[in-house]
Amino acid sequence: MFSKAVKIEQRVEEGKGITTLRFPMDAKVRPGQFVMVWIPGVDEIPMSVSFIGALAGITVKEVGEATRALSSLKEGDVLGVRGPYGNGWHLPPGRVLCVGGGVGMAPIMTAAEGIADRTRVDVAIGARNAGEIIFEERARRASDDVRTTTDDGSYGLKGTVVALADQMMKVKRYDVVLGCGPEIMNRYLLKACKDNSVPCQLSLERLMKCGAGLCGSCVIDGLRVCADGPVFTGEQVERMTEFGRWKRDDAGLRVSL
Amino acid sequence: MTTSLETDLCGTRLRNPTMLASGVMGETGDSLLRVAEAGAGAAVTKSIGLEPRKGYPNPTLVELDDGYINAMGLPGPGIEAFGEEMSVALKGGIPIIASLFAAIPEDFVTLAVRMQEYGASAIELNLSCPHAKGYGMEVGVDPEAVANIVMHVKAAIDIPLWAKLTPNTHRLLDVARAVEGAGGDAIVAVNTVKAMAISVEARRPVLFNRTGGLSGPAIKAVGLRCVYELYEAVDIPIIGVGGAETSRDVLEYLMAGARAVQIGSGVGRKGLGVFQAACGGLIRYLEENGFSSPSDIVGVAHVQ
Repeated sequence: MFSKAVKIEQRVEEGKGITTLRFPMDAKVRPGQFVMVWIPGVDEIPMSVSFIGALAGITVKEVGEATRALSSLKEGDVLGVRGPYGNGWHLPPGRVLCVGGGVGMAPIMTAAEGIADRTRVDVAIGARNAGEIIFEERARRASDDVRTTTDDGSYGLKGTVVALADQMMKVKRYDVVLGCGPEIMNRYLLKACKDNSVPCQLSLERLMKCGAGLCGSCVIDGLRVCADGPVFTGEQVERMTEFGRWKRDDAGLRVSL
Repeated sequence: MTTSLETDLCGTRLRNPTMLASGVMGETGDSLLRVAEAGAGAAVTKSIGLEPRKGYPNPTLVELDDGYINAMGLPGPGIEAFGEEMSVALKGGIPIIASLFAAIPEDFVTLAVRMQEYGASAIELNLSCPHAKGYGMEVGVDPEAVANIVMHVKAAIDIPLWAKLTPNTHRLLDVARAVEGAGGDAIVAVNTVKAMAISVEARRPVLFNRTGGLSGPAIKAVGLRCVYELYEAVDIPIIGVGGAETSRDVLEYLMAGARAVQIGSGVGRKGLGVFQAACGGLIRYLEENGFSSPSDIVGVAHVQ
């Protein structure tokens, strides 16, 4: 589809340098899918959909030029949006543990909200510090068991969200773990799930250009994050030789993570 | 009678006449390997140049109902790093065709020789990309310049040499005759049609590069016309490309005069199953109509 112009109807500061932009969206989105967001004159980047519904949303953390430009937009400003793209989570029956690191909470939150029965979904939220913990209230509306960690101990438990998830898996029985965060978090989460014999799905990230399964810039091994992912099963991720080690740059050259 | 999709293309044997077009999923070895697993008869790499190249910033793609407009800007890892990707790609067991871009004949020669060393089954000269300054179409619309490149590269390699041409010229047939006259082994037609998308709300072109190349079903009719005309203009084999994504599309290209058909946008629009689906329908058509090979119907649309 043509990049569709949408007007920002709401802008919410979720945390330090983390902003949600809400806009009307007709296309049906599944939890875990993403959109390509065009900031005219600046860039077009992939963003997980963080709010599903008539007033869709993305949640952006300032890390570079494009995300700074996105964050500086105000209500009434116009964005280009195409999509949704990608496979999204596979939400099976049974007990689900959702694990989000930083803005990785964006697709995690739509998964938690996608499960109507709040007694079968738990949420572990991790961030570097208190200012970067997002969506805690939202998570509490979707789940009876929400826990938080920060690396520096400024909020919730001190430690990593993977250590927390590992503890929760040892106490409660989960049928699946859904994870999204920095690759190092995903890597340790995969290991923790394996140690606890719990299947997992991970939402991964790579430099992305076309977003539509054509150009191949976002491949991990032969799998396109945009079209075959962004959600991959633990088994798929374990077979990836590049996961946790390499990514591709703009030219398609393999570089260390 | 047994019907087989096996196709001979200037000595290169393909298990079927479909192949991956350049520019789609061809930048890494593992991607090419997946295309082989998906059933393509051959795969053409992303166009590779001498040096690593980032390509254009986004937006690099516009999606339309009946195709795409892209201006990737020829990103690629460069010939040095691509050796490793080729060694992975070759494990797929299908011919890997090396697409190359350069501005001058000497650089095309350097690239072609390296790709031959890497194990490429044929070279496809990108003389047709419509959106990279100094490359592609900018060199590919001049029959003399094209003949010069083909002659130099042909003299330096032993594998077949294909030339991928642009429809964005009234001199397509002259360029094709120049390729044939200089010793080229096949014509690949066509590359994307130069195009543009404008956002009314933003009041500007969508693509960073402003213009790009239109592909997909939107240009199939153009591709068919070009292949049809080329078939009457040259004797060397023609490989059709432009909007093919079903077995009927492949049949149309074969009947227009193509010996094989490349699929690019179809991979994005239909998924990697596009090759097997097209081949399934193709073999059914051939069997039902008493043909033993795709070559039996090449050019049959040229009725008196």
